[in-house]
Amino acid sequence: MNLFKVFKNGIIDENPTFRLVLGTCPTLAITTSAINGIGMGLSTTAVLIGSNIVISLLRKFIPAKVRMPAFVTIIAGFVTIVQLLLKAYVPALDKALGIYIPLIVVNCIIMARAESFASKNPVLDSAVDGLGMGIGFTIAITLIGSIREILGSGSIFGTQLFGEAASPALAIILPPGGFLIFGLSIGLVNLITKRQVLKTGCSTNGGACEGCGMPCPMEISEKEGE
Amino acid sequence: MLQSILITFISAVFIDNFVVVKFLGICPFLGVSKRVKTAVGMGVAVIFVMGLASAVTWAVQSLVLDRLGLEYLQTLTFILVIAALVQLVEMVLQKTSQALYKALGIYLPLITTNCAVLGVCILNIEANHNFLISVLNGIFSGVGFTLAIVLFAGIRERLETAEVPKCLEGFPISLISASLVSLAFLGFQGLLK
Repeated sequence: MNLFKVFKNGIIDENPTFRLVLGTCPTLAITTSAINGIGMGLSTTAVLIGSNIVISLLRKFIPAKVRMPAFVTIIAGFVTIVQLLLKAYVPALDKALGIYIPLIVVNCIIMARAESFASKNPVLDSAVDGLGMGIGFTIAITLIGSIREILGSGSIFGTQLFGEAASPALAIILPPGGFLIFGLSIGLVNLITKRQVLKTGCSTNGGACEGCGMPCPMEISEKEGE
Repeated sequence: MLQSILITFISAVFIDNFVVVKFLGICPFLGVSKRVKTAVGMGVAVIFVMGLASAVTWAVQSLVLDRLGLEYLQTLTFILVIAALVQLVEMVLQKTSQALYKALGIYLPLITTNCAVLGVCILNIEANHNFLISVLNGIFSGVGFTLAIVLFAGIRERLETAEVPKCLEGFPISLISASLVSLAFLGFQGLLK
């Protein structure tokens, strides 16, 4: 497979945030500033590359039946490494991201890539896929973080933009602003690319649904609705 | 004692609502909120698992990890404990109560990767809650989750007939409506000092 294509796929065609809409929890929770977005994005990228490589290496040895627990264990190992590194070298970021660092374990981007890519492809491709997806995620949440920081605290990367006189719209960095800005930015991306995210959450078109091995929430709600 | 239980209840359900304030459990919040009935089912399953997981992880943390000095294995241990627990609950329900299994069974596998469950377990340990408050915090946070998801499902049922700009259809408009639910919950901020 063309490595560049795999790389670009994660950033543009199947951007985990805007196209697949995976990992919504950190996307909403930590995007109160641009720097948090970068920190979260890079931490997730590191875990994603690590877990993709290891899962790809072990793909012939892990029995299909126990693959989920095996993947989760591998992912949790890498999350712990990242958690300890952040605590040791960037304690300020560790404090800002707080509980969302250990929660990278349950970020569905990582599980989805493990299941739909790393467990089927060779090591190099999987590493590049992890890098592409990670960078796609980082760009997206840094973008959302920047928008929220500019509107909500009138600054970008901590530098004040408008001076004393302007009062920023505080609501944007509060929880409602998170939902609003994320919703509007997906809408904007849809408008620009003239494409649409048709399904939500786990059940996205990127193979994540076949990937996650769980009953699709959308199907459940439709079945029940009958 | 009673006072601290009441405070836990109010802060878990209203002030620090898991979904709309802390952003935990967003996937099921957006995925299983198309109908009020399914939202209630999911909510009950989450309350049950969060209460149980809080109890078990509290015990694992204080009896095993703390004693052996293995605190750094917290993330790894908790996620495995939760996964095993959910599997166990599913098996027990299937064997003992068919009615309950039918009602909750389909939601259980989804809950393993629900960050609200892992979130509440880690938060309990970080806040140094005792056993009782940990379990209650788990249950009450589940109640908060249920409240938010049921309210949101009510809005989404009405949204189906609304006219929405093409580019906002589906996911974006759901998020924008979620923002309104979140705004309502923001009103509870400052209720407790």
